[in-house]
Parts: sequence; structure tokens; C-alpha cells
Amino acid sequence: MTSTAPSPAELEERFDATIAADQRIEPRDWMPEAYRKSLIRQIAQHAHSEIIGMQPEGNWLLRAPSLRRKAILLAKVQDEAGHGMYLYAAAETLGVDREELTEKLIDSRQKYSSIFNYPTLSWADIGVIGWLVDGAAICNQVPLCRCSYGPYARAMIRICKEESFHQRQGYESLLALANGTEAQREMVQESTNRWWWPSLMMFGPADGDSPNTRQSMEWGIKRHTNDELRQRFVDMTVPQAEALGVTLPDPDLRWNDERGAYDFGEPDWSEFKAVISGAGPANRQRLAHRRRAHENGAWVREAARAYADKQAARAEAGA
Amino acid sequence: MSAHVQDEDATNAYQSLAGSVDHDDPRWAFGSGFEDMEADLTAPVPDGADPADLAAYCLMLGDDALVYSHRLTEWVSHAPELEEEVALANTALDLLGQARVLLARAGHVEGLVPGGTARDEDALAYWREVGELRNVALAEPSDDLDFARAIARLLVFSTWRIALLHPLRDSADPVIAAVAAKGVKEVTYHRDHAARWTLRLGDGTAESRARMQDALEWVWPFLEELFRTSDEERRLVAAGVAVDPAGTRAEVDEVLDRVLDRATLTRPEAPGMGTIGGLGGRQGVHTEKLEHAVLVMQSLARKHPGATW
Repeated sequence: MTSTAPSPAELEERFDATIAADQRIEPRDWMPEAYRKSLIRQIAQHAHSEIIGMQPEGNWLLRAPSLRRKAILLAKVQDEAGHGMYLYAAAETLGVDREELTEKLIDSRQKYSSIFNYPTLSWADIGVIGWLVDGAAICNQVPLCRCSYGPYARAMIRICKEESFHQRQGYESLLALANGTEAQREMVQESTNRWWWPSLMMFGPADGDSPNTRQSMEWGIKRHTNDELRQRFVDMTVPQAEALGVTLPDPDLRWNDERGAYDFGEPDWSEFKAVISGAGPANRQRLAHRRRAHENGAWVREAARAYADKQAARAEAGA
Repeated sequence: MSAHVQDEDATNAYQSLAGSVDHDDPRWAFGSGFEDMEADLTAPVPDGADPADLAAYCLMLGDDALVYSHRLTEWVSHAPELEEEVALANTALDLLGQARVLLARAGHVEGLVPGGTARDEDALAYWREVGELRNVALAEPSDDLDFARAIARLLVFSTWRIALLHPLRDSADPVIAAVAAKGVKEVTYHRDHAARWTLRLGDGTAESRARMQDALEWVWPFLEELFRTSDEERRLVAAGVAVDPAGTRAEVDEVLDRVLDRATLTRPEAPGMGTIGGLGGRQGVHTEKLEHAVLVMQSLARKHPGATW
């Protein structure tokens, strides 16, 4: 029996059928080059976000106001490094390597979530990041657990479980502040005021201005539009804000009986554009920090490689 | 299996946020070691031990871990590789967990001293003055994000701490014994990690070898203090509670010599750091570096007296 290699058209057909049947594409399967590129971009951006996101939280680690909160935050930041590792590993199944992606990040050729270009100015920011930022991330990420690319979907299942835990911890720490002193309550409100709009921007531009959405949805990488996810987030968050006793800083926020959902105002898209194009409050600081850590570690990575090479040579000589 | 792991759809946890927040998952107290410890923090003071001595000794072991954990935590987001981010944070977290139990025990036992008042772990961590901390100087300086220094200190600290914790598993104080039983496993991993990196750096490139040798020169003056026995320790050794640190020297030397030799590094000759009138970290006499760390650690808590977090 002879087998002939499938033609490009057959490969494409098989790929389309897999997507249509809502099944997974695996690393050794054929995939269109544009699908591969789009996934690399998205997974790398996600991995970079985990790593850059350690900075604003790390800013409060040394000053955490109780040892229990310090331990929780340290464990969370450690989880984020772990998430970065799984995600880079998922990207590596698509034929890129971590080193290359890190270079792209520090050369600004790849992005990370714009939210981490905002500074953490009070302890309440740590709780609010858990509540709003992790909450928004979960809304974005839960559908990715069903993403068409197997390694990414599997990484996301694990990540989402941990994220949801972080989110509950963040909210619980805000409850403690909300039930605390006047100064602590003010801290929560002030922090919420700063983070609310940037959190809404985490879902990306309005559907009309989101060029990648349609293709990503056709490929089963994305499952909901930006505006759908943003609405879901608002609807979930409003009752939580009420339970905390904080006011969300949006005069247009109100329940709409007809839609069965909250109406809300428009984020300041000019601020969003500034932040994603490098002109946010902390962009330069975040990238410079990451670059410095990477460069300061170069001699360490080089030593580890040299040592591994020597060990391999010794094993060979001894064998 | 804990409740949150059973949630297939992570949004369920999200939707239920506004409701009750249950604390059944041990990670609510992550790293504290409270959840998987057999020992009761309020166990009676062992026969023959003075409560003031026991409290001081718990602070010594606890403050070593607390202050060093702080310095390790400075590495977060600065590590040379992601694997090291995880490893250094994990080490800091393990030590923080040990510190929390030991401080909590110290605070309880302080209340048993005639005229004393019980305090919790946070009262001890955030509201003591620098001169009330009992840690050794080795824990105090920042390594200034020099990875070789981080490894050199971790090697020395973990080698010494295992030598203490190993026999402390049989301490007459059940809390110390429980911390030691759990801590031996944790710190063995820390030492292994440090030893592996010492080999890589010592036997890696010419640059890494020179840096690692410099780092050893940096850490070596702190060794001498590790083997000095305080009065409290001397009395508690007699009561079967403490381990005499002088007795750990042979083991520490042996392990360090073996690792340095394999790593092609030279044991430094630097003299040990001296005392002030015989007083050092165990008596609350510290280096200039400690106050800087403590000011940062306590800054937020002290702005809000009486607040809970």
C-alpha cells in the first residue's frame, strides 16, 4: 500500500474540520501559518503579562501589613512566575523559544497587558488588583480553557483555577479593609477609583475597533467579543462593589431592566491608546525593570550553560 | 480536595465572591505551616525551661527566618530565570512560614512570664524595635541583587539551619519540634538548591567563578556568630529545649568544605565579625543594615495602629 502526502488543500480541510468539530489542534498537527502566528502572539503576550505583573504586586511585598497577607501575596507572585513558565512552554510547542520571546518583550516587539502599566500606590491596590484585575482576567481567560489549541487550553485550565483563588483572596483582603478603620475604607475607595476604568479597558477596544476579533473567533481561539466579556464583568462586579460598600466611579452606571444588564459609561479610549502605545504611567519603568533583571542574569545563565556543557563532556569522556 | 479545585468553571468561584468567603483551603494561610502542624501553640512550657528563655529562643529562630525571608523577597521580579523566581520566592515563603509559627509561640509564651503579656505574630513582627530583634547578622544585609551573594548566603544559612533543626526535632518544646520536623524538609531543599548553584557558578565560566568567590568573601565574616552560644540557649540546652549552636560547627564546616571543593572554590580566610562588648544579634545588637529592612517591613503597619488586615 502506498501513502501519498496530503495536499495543502487536504491539510487545510482537515484543520477546518477539526475546528468546526470543536476539537483540539495539537503541536504536531498541520496548521495555517497565520493561526500559528496569531497564537504565538497571544500566548507570548499572556506569558509576558504574568511576568510583568509580578512588579506592581512585588512593590508591596516587603511592606505587607501582616505576615499572613505577606505570605498570601508571596505565594501569589510565585504562582504568576509559574504561570509564565507554563505559558512560555505552551508557546514553545509552536516553534519559538522563551529566550527569543523575552528578547521581543524587552525590545518592545511584543506586548503585555496594558493594566500593568499602572502603578500600585497603596496597599489596597493589592486587593483591588485581585478583585478587579484578576476578575477581568478570569472573564477573559475562562473561555480560553476551550481554545482550539490544545497546549494553550490545558495551560489555561490550571491557570484559571489559580487565578480564581487569587481573586477570592484579593476580595477577602478588601473585605477586611472595608470592615476596618476609616482610613482603610478610604484606601479601598481611592484604589477602586483608580483601577475601575483601566480594568474595563483590559477587555480591549470596543468590538467595532477590534480588528483581530473576527478571525480569532473563527479559529476558535477566542469565544466571545470584547464587549460581551466587558458586559459580563460589569454585571458580576457591581453587586460585589455594593457588598464592599465602595462606589464605582461611573455616573452612567445603572441597571437596565429591559436588557437585564447594567448600562455603563465609555472608558477613555485615548488613555487606553496612550497606554498601549507606550505612554502609560509606568510603561518605561516596567520594561526597564524587566530588561535590567534579564541583563543582570546573563552571566548566571551563561555559567549554567557552561557548567552543563562541562558535565556533558565529562560524562562522555567517562563513558 | 479543597472546594475551589472542584469548580470546573472558574467563573463559579467568581460569581460567588460577594457571598461568604470560606477559609477551608489551607492556602488562605499560605506558608504559615499552621494548618499541617500537629503542635499546639499554647502547649505548656517544658519542665525546667524558663518561659522568658523559651520566648527569647523562639524569637532567635523566628527572627533569623523572618529577616532573611525579607531579604530573599527582595529578589521577586529580579531573578536571572523564571525557575529562580519560583525557587527564591518559595524559599522566602518557607522561611516566612517558620517565622510565623515561632513568633506566635514566642508571643504566647511571653504571656506566661510573670508580669508578661501575650502578643501575636504581627505584634512581634511589626511593633518591636530593632534592638528587640534576636536574629544573627547573616540575615541582615541586602545582597544587592547579586545572585552569587544570594547563593553564597543561602548555602551558609541553610547548611547551618539544617544542623540546628535536625536535632531540634527532638526538642522538649512541642512547637519547636514541629517547626523543626517540617523545616528540615524545607531547608534541605534550600541547601540542595544552593549547593547546585554553587557548583554551576564555581565551575561555570571564569566570570561566574570570580563572582562566586567574591560572594563567599562577602558572606564569610558572618559565620563566626552562628556558632556562638547565648545565655538563653545554654540554659535551654540543659532543659532539652534548645540545641547548642557551637555543636553545629563541625557539620557546617564539613558540608561547606565539600561543596566548595567540588565547585573549585577556595574557603575564605576572612576573620569573623566581632561583637560589641561581647554582644551580638542574639542580644539585640545588630549591624547598620537591619534597621533599613525593619523600617520598610513595618512602615505600613505602623501608619495604622490598631488596624486589622
